[in-house]
Amino acid sequence: MKRRDFVGLTGLAAGALFLPSLPGFGHTPVDPARLLEPGADVIVKKRLADAALNAAKSAGASYADVRIGRYLNQYVFTREKQVQNIVSTESYGVGIRVLVNGCWGFASTSVVTEASLAATARVAVDIAKADRIVQREPVQLAPQQGYGEVSWKTPIQQSAFEVPVKQKVELLLAANAAALDNGANYINSALFQVNEQKYFASTDGSYIDQDVHRLWPTFSATAVDTKTGKFRSRSALSSPVGLGFEYLTPSAAEQIAGPAGTNTVGYKLRYDLLADAALAGKQAKAKLSMKSVTPGKYDLVLDPGHLGLTIHESVGHPTELDRVLGYEANFAGTSFATLEWKAKNLPYGSQEVNIVADKLQPGSVGAVGYDDEGVKTREWDLIKEGKLVNYQKIRDQAHIVGQKESDGCCYAQSWEDVQFQRMPNVSLRPGKAKLSVDEMVSKVDKGIYIAGAGSFSIDQQRYNFQFGGQLFFAIEKGKITEPLEDVAYQSNTQEFWGACAGSCDQSDYRLYGTFFDGKGQPAQVSSVSHGSATTRFNGVNVINTARKV
Amino acid sequence: MAILSKDEAQALLKKVLSYSTADECEVSLNGRTTGNIRYARNSVSTAGAADSVSLAVESRFGKRSGVATCNEFDEATLRRCVQRAEEIARLAPESPEYVPLLGPQTYLSPPSAATTLLTAATRAQAAADSMNLCAAKKLTAAGFIDGGARFQAMRNSKGLEAYQQSTNTDFSVTVRTADGRGSGYAIADVTDPAKLNTKVLTQRAADKALGSVNAKAIEPGKYTVILEPAALMDGGDLSLLGGLVYGLDARSADEGRSFLSKKGGGNRKGEKLFDERVSIYSDPLNAEVPGNAFDNDGLPTKRMNWVEKGVVKNLYYSRFWAEKNKVAPTPFPSGFIMTGGTQSTAELIKGTAKGILVTRLWYIREVDPQTLLYTGLTRDGTFYIENGAIKFPIKNLRFNESPIIMLNNVEAMGRPQRLAGCLIPPLKIRDFTFTSLSDAI
Repeated sequence: MKRRDFVGLTGLAAGALFLPSLPGFGHTPVDPARLLEPGADVIVKKRLADAALNAAKSAGASYADVRIGRYLNQYVFTREKQVQNIVSTESYGVGIRVLVNGCWGFASTSVVTEASLAATARVAVDIAKADRIVQREPVQLAPQQGYGEVSWKTPIQQSAFEVPVKQKVELLLAANAAALDNGANYINSALFQVNEQKYFASTDGSYIDQDVHRLWPTFSATAVDTKTGKFRSRSALSSPVGLGFEYLTPSAAEQIAGPAGTNTVGYKLRYDLLADAALAGKQAKAKLSMKSVTPGKYDLVLDPGHLGLTIHESVGHPTELDRVLGYEANFAGTSFATLEWKAKNLPYGSQEVNIVADKLQPGSVGAVGYDDEGVKTREWDLIKEGKLVNYQKIRDQAHIVGQKESDGCCYAQSWEDVQFQRMPNVSLRPGKAKLSVDEMVSKVDKGIYIAGAGSFSIDQQRYNFQFGGQLFFAIEKGKITEPLEDVAYQSNTQEFWGACAGSCDQSDYRLYGTFFDGKGQPAQVSSVSHGSATTRFNGVNVINTARKV
Repeated sequence: MAILSKDEAQALLKKVLSYSTADECEVSLNGRTTGNIRYARNSVSTAGAADSVSLAVESRFGKRSGVATCNEFDEATLRRCVQRAEEIARLAPESPEYVPLLGPQTYLSPPSAATTLLTAATRAQAAADSMNLCAAKKLTAAGFIDGGARFQAMRNSKGLEAYQQSTNTDFSVTVRTADGRGSGYAIADVTDPAKLNTKVLTQRAADKALGSVNAKAIEPGKYTVILEPAALMDGGDLSLLGGLVYGLDARSADEGRSFLSKKGGGNRKGEKLFDERVSIYSDPLNAEVPGNAFDNDGLPTKRMNWVEKGVVKNLYYSRFWAEKNKVAPTPFPSGFIMTGGTQSTAELIKGTAKGILVTRLWYIREVDPQTLLYTGLTRDGTFYIENGAIKFPIKNLRFNESPIIMLNNVEAMGRPQRLAGCLIPPLKIRDFTFTSLSDAI
């Protein structure tokens, strides 16, 4: 492939440095061909890492880890018939974390030489020593075996970076045209592509080389009625995925129809961007004259592309052990699911609620071989038959809950940020009995089917929440009757999961995901997926969000 | 070399420009030196420092443009950076939104930079002051201090030359009672770190934590509220006032997809949308919240009225949208100032027969962009007011409210305080809509 094919069409990057804040994306714009160049060889990286580890140990560290990271990103933004921005970025550097007398220290550098890494390791040791005056709880690390020299790669079929920029732009512009031809007045579309080339080494004897890929095509189509001044939008029903460009090759086997009468389509591990954009154009326009919901109690039938966000906020976050313990008290908040609450063995939800955490699911954005402190990833239960059985932990937290090992969910958004506990994939297990979404709807007397994620808000201890959506349909006497607008539901985490009346079977299972889960100060983003099948919740409070101003 | 002086920066930029063979070329330098410390459970959790300078080169041939950056400054690297920007520009398609680079501009000199900064040791001490106060009272502190200096310099082939330096330090602390039944919050940002007093702020948060134990539940509904500045503006997330003032965009309004779109087409600039006591402006020379001298396009900032006596006076016009609509482009301000009254929050409480004091709002998200309906919750100190005094703490509440409706229901305004680079008064608002209760503390 010729260099020109990659570079062609780049350069509308006039605003490259002044993009709306996109945390987690690398800093240095480069030309797209650069994204195909190999990073440093593992032999070189091992030598560099050893220089840092040796310097840290000599300076007094009882433990040290080194992350040599090359973070490559490309994002393409378009609107209507034009390209707004194409940015390719590369960020390369090293983060070094040390433990000295039970106190963490961290320092990073973009100068990747043995001398620089040794000096940076000593800076990290100095910071750890300086902070001793404000350290009241010495760090206790769960023991971790060294894995020696190992590697892991996201199982992708085609790297998105190998696809010429021109082809990606044409795809987005074709999607824009499909939405505009079908009723939208405006559309913004984007393609986010991420490649984390991470080399981890620690004094435990691990040297882990990983090549992680993620992709997210998305859009928002808007229809405007200038006469009434009303406007409505419909966002893409795609999901961020741990896949290559193959995600954008439609496959009938990876699509599943929504309930009869909704004309909605759910996507598994392949996405049909053009079909979804065309449908979004129609639906955005139709939203301008849909019936406004009557507030009240409804049985909700929630599609996985919607339910994933509710799982994220009401199960994913409250079961993060750092929140439970108070480390996020000043920012992201704490959790109702404290150690004391768990000890009471109170129900988190109904018997139908079985929630699992993992960093393994193929196609998920959370999938990696090892986490950012050298722990092999795994799967474990968080909620079994409605009872909370475990939390999400990293090495310095395991002892607090009397456990001996980390769950492998430590992550840093880049080499220059310190790693900490981040949410793994958190998913609702599908129902064991065969059940289609049509069969589920047929048993609902008065309900609403909701597809796609919308507005979301939850309190800092994860009790009270409110969620909107993209598409809403009334269910009456077992049938979808008409589309609705202005729908949001308010509930309480335990009440909501207590009202869970079961899920469709494995054949309906899909992943929802996000690229921008935020936590920490300074804030860091991470990517996470949430799987589920369509699920029913009985008697949930629905409000009408229409206002007159 | 993180903070270059004006002369150093311009000399470097001049050299880079001399390598350009493009029709137009604009070069800019951004640098920062910052440090932070984070603590929780009365103990430090993380600390770090960052030091960086980067150069960006934008080259243009006709309406084609390319950008390249570097963070090393030897001659070979600088030449390569210019060449790469030119290569990319030659291959780029023509931009339909092309606007020529700005020529020479005259800039104000905002007093945005203090002379001294916090060191790792003084940051640790400031954190220790906060934690020690709490530990002594058997309270638990979680906080964050982050600050330092930045500079930005620009120069282009049309004769534009710009330089500015600024300093800023942010502090926030959440104090909780040991049993987790009370929580309080305080936040501040300062240009001069010498003015940061973590003890006083932590004491304020501690008082709120102790005062919020044994919160009672009240029925959700419409209430008179006193919203403290932290309930109105947030430096990092959507806020009631932030969503409004940072959403004063002409283009989305003209396109019919904003709360400022006019029925039948066009925007609502010039219309009275809020109570006549509502005035919001920006002023880079304000001594309490000095702003930037220029925005990212190099446009000089100046004092501008955005809302005057309830009337929308200005919208943000990018250079492209301004040219298309034959109006002057709007420099984007680094902060906003809302005028208020002279009363303190305590005095506002004294003048309130029945109402709710809100310390902070949290997790605000847009529910409907058409009406700017937002939802979110109170947090870290919510109290019931009766007959001019705080009667008891109340459980947190979820609201569904639009800042447009809120700014039509103004009862009183207090003395503006600095928050997130803005000056914001506490506001007393009637009929603020709470829709459900939360058990969160």
